[in-house]
Parts: sequence; structure tokens; C-alpha cells
Amino acid sequence: MSEKKLEGRKNIIEVNNLKKHFKVGKGQILKAVDGVTFSIREGETLGLVGESGCGKSTTGRAMIRLYEATEGEVIFDGMNIQRLNRKELKNFTKQAQMIFQDPYASLNPRMTVGDIIGEGMDIHGLRKGKERMAKIYELLEIVGLNREHASRFPHEFSGGQRQRIGIARALSVEPKFIVCDEPISALDVSIQAQVVNLLEELQEEMGLTYLFIAHDLSMVKHISDRIAVMYLGAVMELTTSKVLYDEPLHPYTQALLSAIPIPDPEVERSRNRIILEGDVPSPINPPEGCKFQKRCKYVKDICREKAPELREVKPEHFVACHIVK
Amino acid sequence: MSRDENKLLIDVKDLRVSFDTYAGEVQAVRGVSFYVNKGEALAIVGESGCGKSVTAQSTMQLIPMPPGRIKEGSVMFNGKDLTKFTDKQMESVRGSEISMIFQDPMTSLNPTMKVGKQIMEGLIKHQKMSKQDAKQKAIEMLDVVGIPNPEKRVEQYPHEFSGGMRQRAMIAIALACNPKLLIADEPTTALDVTIQAQILDLMKDLQKDFDTAIILITHDLGVVADMAQRIVVMYAGVVIESGTLDEIFYDGQHPYTWGLLKSVPRLDTQGKQKLYPIEGTPPDLFSPPKGCPFAARCEYAMPICREEMPEKTHLSKDHFVKCWLQHEMAPDVENPIKKGRE
Repeated sequence: MSEKKLEGRKNIIEVNNLKKHFKVGKGQILKAVDGVTFSIREGETLGLVGESGCGKSTTGRAMIRLYEATEGEVIFDGMNIQRLNRKELKNFTKQAQMIFQDPYASLNPRMTVGDIIGEGMDIHGLRKGKERMAKIYELLEIVGLNREHASRFPHEFSGGQRQRIGIARALSVEPKFIVCDEPISALDVSIQAQVVNLLEELQEEMGLTYLFIAHDLSMVKHISDRIAVMYLGAVMELTTSKVLYDEPLHPYTQALLSAIPIPDPEVERSRNRIILEGDVPSPINPPEGCKFQKRCKYVKDICREKAPELREVKPEHFVACHIVK
Repeated sequence: MSRDENKLLIDVKDLRVSFDTYAGEVQAVRGVSFYVNKGEALAIVGESGCGKSVTAQSTMQLIPMPPGRIKEGSVMFNGKDLTKFTDKQMESVRGSEISMIFQDPMTSLNPTMKVGKQIMEGLIKHQKMSKQDAKQKAIEMLDVVGIPNPEKRVEQYPHEFSGGMRQRAMIAIALACNPKLLIADEPTTALDVTIQAQILDLMKDLQKDFDTAIILITHDLGVVADMAQRIVVMYAGVVIESGTLDEIFYDGQHPYTWGLLKSVPRLDTQGKQKLYPIEGTPPDLFSPPKGCPFAARCEYAMPICREEMPEKTHLSKDHFVKCWLQHEMAPDVENPIKKGRE
């Protein structure tokens, strides 16, 4: 597979200084997403990685208005999605869809697979009767199932097959943009590759744009054109997947990459691992200044005082760090 | 390390475990044999439902019986057959000779008991320590597994610990009585990668310091490459290939082993690689196929594969594979993992 040409493509979705804070009682505020800015181009896959609790899923959900953002804006196709009226919102939900992590919890166990896939079309009044069924059959075949499956229920399917149903449901309204929230984390290794290959084929055929959220960096590297690394609600580094893995600049990205075991004994024996001390701090009352300061070995005074901005250090390579020149 | 009768710690022979359910008998483990030498780390790899956890739990008689039952086979540990042990006898083995750490540290720690007390339990029971001594030892163990402020932490409850620290506490409990064998069932699957790196590092250090043998159960081949000396590959309740780390990664012979290695993307390769998924899903263990269980998903399957389970073919002291491709009449197949390296 050759690398996609991305220069000159227009942005399909832009996220500007997005914040999502949750009140957690006792006057405390959990800052799940705290000022995130990036954009995704048409036909691109942007990978969003980070450890649990870093705000990657919250970002994805806020981008399709499953959460109301606390601050900042999300611009989709020139429209601010926070300021849509009912009709515009309905149109937006048709264009932006989501594939969920847990293929067991995200399908209604009391609906047949056909109805699960057809529900979106019913809501948007896209197809009726025979035409609707024909589309359902077509979608089932596209995702590698067959038409007999339409009358069955979710419990009759394996995890990988359910994830295919979830993909067919997302595709039923012919969206432009899909948020894939850890779509393969719950699947076995041999099944993960099936689903990832399917997502890649669909993107090529239909020109889809993906936000691919995951914590498995090897898989993210494989599927993404560009990758944003998040830590404690902020983007630490953003660049093409090749550059991110070849020359990571942020100390957190470096540690994260070095922590991943590589399935090759010779490589493992000769590797020097950067082991981070301690845990990810709580996003409730996070530290002032740089979010990563408590685990960073290069920490300086300025890191404790001022949060670094995400700046372009090289073309297409953005880093939020005071140390990186 | 190859098989050495003097160093042999645990020797599992032809283990068969079934679960009786309303829908019928699930044959979860169908004749599994393996051994672990003293101080060695053995990895059992395979997908969910392949029987790797049931195998490990059966060796400690930890599967619920009924519905589970050990139908056949022996588990020789230090010359004694654990499958013949009574509950009482097993109790004296668990925690003192063989310990286990589980995938989810939240559900396997007791939420109503202080962490210190959970470590002391085994020490008081097995080593007949006094409370004071046991507490001292608990503090020491928390320190060994890298928990800061151990004096304060022994008095805390599991919910006051983070995920990584809970896993460290579990390791402290498991190693308190200095067991000869530690069974680690997906010990890092629930953890983030930076925490996983910490825990794996800790386990390697402790293996060296305490000379503990480890059975590592995982589906993550990266973790295996980092931790293990030998590998057992399981599929649908049977061992299909086994060998040293290098023999499996660089000279694996079973098409399922190839599939496992080729279906995961690697971080350190240049450009875009294509993923080779294993098509289909594992067989139903209510009625396992009579031939090779992988035949239905195998691109090299021959008629014989669907009829009869292949015998072991020994390729070296440690390396064996069960595959009809090894038969002299089988066609030559290019080994895709060897090819990729040249």
C-alpha cells in the first residue's frame, strides 16, 4: 500500500481549543479534555492515542456531539456543530457516525440485525420497504456477512462478527466521517486484523474519513496517516505516523513508544526501555503548567509554571513541550 | 532450557478438562502436555477460548467443580500428582508452592480487607509466622514490588491503590511465601503500556532474585518476546506447537503460529505492511472437529487434515509441531515468517 497524498486536501472537521469538563461533586472538576486543537482532512485517518483516562474517547464523543463541549468549537464542513438547529443536527448525525468499542454492549439484544442496521435509515427517512431491505443485504455483504444474518439476533454472533454489524450500521446512512472508538480492543488478535483490513478497504472505496481512537500503538501506526498523542486531556505531539515513530520528539511519546513490547525476541533483547515512574496523575485538579511534568525526566522550572503550546517545530510536526527546540 | 529431569518442576501430561453445561459437554482442554523447569519462564499463547486459562487453573485445581471436571491426565509437581490431592492438601500447595496472579487486579483482591492483611494471610497460614513478623514481611514485600511508602500502604484498602499498584500488590501477595512456581494469567492485559512495562520489568527482576519459575498466559506476542524462554501455542484445547522463543518466532512451523505472527502489525517496520488475518473463527468446543481443529481456517489444509489429528513431529530437543505439512508426502510450503526475515 502506498502512502496517501494528503497535501492540498481540505479539512473535513476542525477542533479548536476543545474542552470538556465534568463536575464530580464537592466542587471538584474533572478536566477530561482540556484545550485540544487539531483538524482532519478529507479521506484521512487520524489516530488518537494515549493511556486510559487521557481523554481520547471524550474528545471523539464531543466531536460528534455525544457530549456538549464545555468550551471551544468543532467545525464540520464549515458549520459549528454546537450551534446547529434541530434540522441541521439531524443532517449532521447522518454525516458523522460512530463505531463503539464493546461489540456486546453497543447492539440492542432485542432487535434483529436487519433492524439494527436499518434503524438509521428509518430515522433519516432514507429508504423504505424493499429498497431498505436491499440496502441492508448489500451492507451485510460489504462487511463480510451474508443476507441470511439479517433476521438473526446479536447474541448469535461472535465478537468480530458483531463489530462488523456495528460497522454496517454506521455505514447505513452513508456518512462522510466515522469516529472509531477502540473498535478492535475487545477482539482477539487474529480477528483484529480482519476488522482493520475491512475498515481500510471501506475507506478506499467510499472515501471515508476516520478518527481512530486506540491505545494499541502498533495498530494505530498501521492504520493512521497522522497521529495525535494525548496525555491528561491535552495533545502532546501530532505528526504523520511515520515521523512519529521514526523521530518522536516529546519525552512522553518517546517513553510510550519504548514501552511497547515488539514481537521479535532479538529486537527485545537489544532494546533499552525508557520506564516511566509512577502513574498517570488524576485529571481532577491536574497540575499547573505542563501536564507531563510529574513523570518527565527533563523537567525544568518553566514546565511547572506555564503549559506549553502545541507548536509546529518542523513542517507537519507539532509538539507541546518547552524542552524541544 | 530443554527438558531435564533434575530440574523439572511441573510436568503436565495429557490433561483433559471438560465443563458440563445444559447444552452439553464443553471440551475446553483436550489432551495438553507441557513441562516447566525450575526458574524458567514458559508462555502459553493462544486466542480467547483456546483453553490456556483453564489449563493453568486446572493445574492448581482452581476450576469450579462441578461444572468443570478433570477427566484425565496428571500434573506432577515435585514428584507428586496434584490431580489426586484433596482440597486440604491443595490448600497447603496454593500460595506457598504455587501462586497465581490474575488479569484483573480489582476483582481478585478482597475489597474489604487491608492490602497488608491480604499479604499476611498466606504468611501466617503457611509459614506459621506471628502477626508482627508477618506485618514486617508484608511491608518488606510491598517495598520489593516497588510501592512507595510501604508502611502507610499496608494499612490501606485496594480501592486506594491505582491499577498498576494493585497489580504490584497482587504480585507481593503471590510471592510472599517464595513459591517455586508463579502462574501469571494475562498479568498486564488490563494495564496501560507504560504501566505494563513497569510490571514486566518487575516480574523479570523477581524471577531472577527469587529463582521462581513462571507460567505466563497471554495473547500478546510482544510480552512473550520480552519475558519467556519457551512457548506453548494452543488452539481449540490442544497444543499445536511448542519450542524455545527463537524456534517459534523465527522457525515456527504451524500455519496457526504463522497466522498469529503475521496478523499483528509491528512498531518497528518501515512503511505500510499488509496484515494477514486468519479468516473465520475458532471451532465450537461442544463438538470439536475430528481432524486438526485449525483445518477449517488453514489455507494449506489437505483432505487428511479434516480426517485425523496429526501426531507430534519433533524438530529439535524442544521444538515440536502437530501438522500434516510435516509429513513426507505433504507438499513443500514456503515458511512465510522465515521468508520475511531474509
